[in-house]
Amino acid sequence: MYQILKKRILTPQTKLVVVRAPYVAEKAEPGQFVIIRVREEGERIPLTIADYSREEGTITLVFQEVGLTTKLLGLLEEGDAILDLVGPLGIPAQLPEAGVVVAVGGGVGVAPVYPKCKEMTKRGVRVISIIGARSKDLLILEDEMREVSEELHICTDDGSKGFHGFVSEKLKELLTGGLKPDEVIAVGPLPMMRATCEVTKPFGIKTWVSMNPIMVDGTGMCGACRVTVGGETKFCCVDGPMFDGHLVDWAEAIRRANMYRDEERVALERCAGCGGEKHV
Amino acid sequence: MSKRPGRTPMPVADPRERTKNFDQVALGYTEEMALTEASRCLNCKNPQCVTGCPVAVNIPAFISLLKEKKFREAIDKIKETNSLPAVCGRVCPQEHQCEEKCILGRRGEPVAIGRLERFLADWEAENGRSPTKKAPPKGKKVAIVGSGPAGLTCAADLAKLGYDVTIFESLHAPGGVLIYGIPEFRLPKAVVRREVEYVKELGVDIQTNVVVGRSITIDDLFERGFEAVFIGTGAGLPMFMHIPGENLNGVYSANEWLTRINLMKAYKFPEFDTPIKAGKRVAVVGAGNVAMDAVRCALRLGAEKAMILYRRGREEMPARAEEVENAEQEGVEFHFLTNPVRIIGDDKGWVKAVECIRMELGEPDKSGRRRPIPIKGSEFTIDVDTVIMALGTTPNPILSRITPGLKAHDWGGLITDETTGRTTRRAVWAGGDAVTGSATVILAMGAGRTAAQDIHRYLESGSKDW
Ligand SMILES: Cc1cc2nc3c(=O)[nH]c(=O)nc-3n(C[C@H](O)[C@H](O)[C@H](O)COP(=O)(O)OP(=O)(O)OC[C@H]3O[C@@H](n4cnc5c(N)ncnc54)[C@H](O)[C@@H]3O)c2cc1C
Ligand SMILES: Cc1cc2nc3c(=O)[nH]c(=O)nc-3n(C[C@H](O)[C@H](O)[C@H](O)COP(=O)(O)OP(=O)(O)OC[C@H]3O[C@@H](n4cnc5c(N)ncnc54)[C@H](O)[C@@H]3O)c2cc1C
Ligand code: SF4
Ligand code: FES
Repeated sequence: MYQILKKRILTPQTKLVVVRAPYVAEKAEPGQFVIIRVREEGERIPLTIADYSREEGTITLVFQEVGLTTKLLGLLEEGDAILDLVGPLGIPAQLPEAGVVVAVGGGVGVAPVYPKCKEMTKRGVRVISIIGARSKDLLILEDEMREVSEELHICTDDGSKGFHGFVSEKLKELLTGGLKPDEVIAVGPLPMMRATCEVTKPFGIKTWVSMNPIMVDGTGMCGACRVTVGGETKFCCVDGPMFDGHLVDWAEAIRRANMYRDEERVALERCAGCGGEKHV
Repeated sequence: MSKRPGRTPMPVADPRERTKNFDQVALGYTEEMALTEASRCLNCKNPQCVTGCPVAVNIPAFISLLKEKKFREAIDKIKETNSLPAVCGRVCPQEHQCEEKCILGRRGEPVAIGRLERFLADWEAENGRSPTKKAPPKGKKVAIVGSGPAGLTCAADLAKLGYDVTIFESLHAPGGVLIYGIPEFRLPKAVVRREVEYVKELGVDIQTNVVVGRSITIDDLFERGFEAVFIGTGAGLPMFMHIPGENLNGVYSANEWLTRINLMKAYKFPEFDTPIKAGKRVAVVGAGNVAMDAVRCALRLGAEKAMILYRRGREEMPARAEEVENAEQEGVEFHFLTNPVRIIGDDKGWVKAVECIRMELGEPDKSGRRRPIPIKGSEFTIDVDTVIMALGTTPNPILSRITPGLKAHDWGGLITDETTGRTTRRAVWAGGDAVTGSATVILAMGAGRTAAQDIHRYLESGSKDW
């Protein structure tokens, strides 16, 4: 069992937990993720390692409550434990040693961007960050991101804080204004990552994205996480999760993410603590 | 001489009823049936059956004890060489092993050795097992990677010898293919859990949720004081055909399909949280045991039409005869000499049909089976809403790639010395599907046992004899 030592509510839908997981903490690198299961009947879901402490043997997870499993996870309090947690999984992000990088994080995607910025800043890379959310109350990790960025741009869809518009639009503004980063890293919802890639493509800037397909085992055993990159099928859990965004088949990725939409609704409706009817 | 009686039939659940649930299909012999069947054995002086058994179970000896109703002695006799009889009695391909060699098979039907083995194992489950003899603790630590039949057997044997054994398993439940692959109706998970419990009772520590190579490396294991490592990581990497449309919604690898169903219990959705998209018209590509399991699961999930698409003919099917028969009785359709060339999707990206080409059989290939050759211009389509690729699996190359000194073949299988299970790296052994590619439970078990004996030899030599 993997005990929750600390819990922070970042926004009404986004929570942060610090979990005791010595094996994972010992080996974790930016860009890697874990798979968790919260109860005996539970599904296995992937979450990015948003931070880790080798000394304390802990890792930090930041999650947005979008469905049954993330809501059940959100119901756990400090002292409670996550039933299963395995990792670190996936290939660590290949981060540059120098130069200028724009890091773009949308919604809960700011969480996975954070450890990469932290590591790059440590290495002396100049990090320019763009983070965004639908509105200012939904913005996460602003202070943390400021600490690990040379420049931080905030965007909200409704204009309640910072730039009024999408993170990709802000990026376009910066690039048009003459900014010439060596590469761009973008993490967030699929449409946001796709839009970001569309912005960078005409500028010919290498753009890394972190794919988030549906997974089961997370160790290369099932192929649920297939993504097409440059015309080839890749298993995101072992070949990724970071890929060259200009090569990703976005239409397929979006289609596959919606494969279980009906079932996800049914599952959520049955859960009382999650706003449904059944008691858990 | 009067004609000998045939085999005692196995009682099975009604084919029309059983496809409505995941309950066990073969119900097992009663005591009376077991005694009747055992009485057919000739107790041969030079028993051929034993030569067909990969772990050389003393078959006539256990059957003789069974005849005398000495059930405890009989099961203990089996367990001298086979540590998983409840599993093997259910899933071993006996028709190609012991039963193929049985002398009675020359003139009529062989003794139903597997069914007798299962009867005894189930008897033991009900009546309790004999206390196990355990050697005094040796104070030496051995690490086992993977908890399939290879790892479990190796762990159990070493624990009995007095070693301090830890199994590291990447999934949240131990058992390997027995827990995530083979369905409940063929191998109840309660049987697997019982075997795992037994291994734990021997003092083996099973740590789930640890991926060796990621959470901890083989080098770390030695640093933490383990003196020998056994790798039994199986062959879990699924193959695809690389044909157009393979990533459409509704296309699964058999591994994903079976893992959702068996490990995650998706057939109980929404009581369990993991969903599965089970179509009404399901095509399974392939004809091995895995394909049979996948297609029979599809029926149980409500498919109206469940089909096997196989590029060769009936005779070439690699699945066990009994499983093919079960599938046929349950209403599975077999399309032989049929090979998919493309999967066709609807405008929302869901599978709607599979385009196939007819095949004919040419000259025998390396495997001795006649090679299928496509017939030009014979393409046709079959309407389906789910496609499951059961083309086989290969060992995951990750561990060998990242572990210094550990060598593998191009196809992923670890290179070992067959008689000892030693890998190319000192103090590291391997066995089971990780070495052979997809094979059988009994071969994996045998490999675990061989390695355990050699690990013992090595550690007794003061880790000198390598
Ligand atoms: C490598 C990786 C890292 C991720 N990191 C984070 C993170 O740090 N924080 C975060 O909030 N989310 C992260 N996600 C997404 C997260 O896994 C899903 O939001 C979660 O699985 C939803 O489960 P649910 O039961 O709450 O919702 P559901 O109702 O099941 O699903 C809601 C949405 O989540 C997606 N989803 C459903 N099941 C899975 C699954 N088994 N695996 C992946 N996606 C699924 C679906 O496409 C759907 O759009 C990550 C995904 C991947 C692949
Ligand atoms: C659907 C299906 C049906 C089958 N039917 C039959 C049958 O009827 N009869 C028969 O004899 N055989 C059958 N087989 C084959 C048989 O199950 C296998 O040959 C046997 O299980 C191999 O045992 P193993 O111990 O080598 O590996 P596995 O059973 O594959 O176990 C390997 C274990 O190692 C774990 N692992 C992998 N990598 C790591 C890592 N890096 N760190 C930690 N753990 C790891 C895996 O999660 C798994 O639990 C079937 C196989 C399948 C898939
Ligand atoms: S070969 Fe057949 S008859 Fe002879 S001992 Fe073996 S099981 Fe009995
Ligand atoms: S999640 Fe199963 S192979 Fe990637």
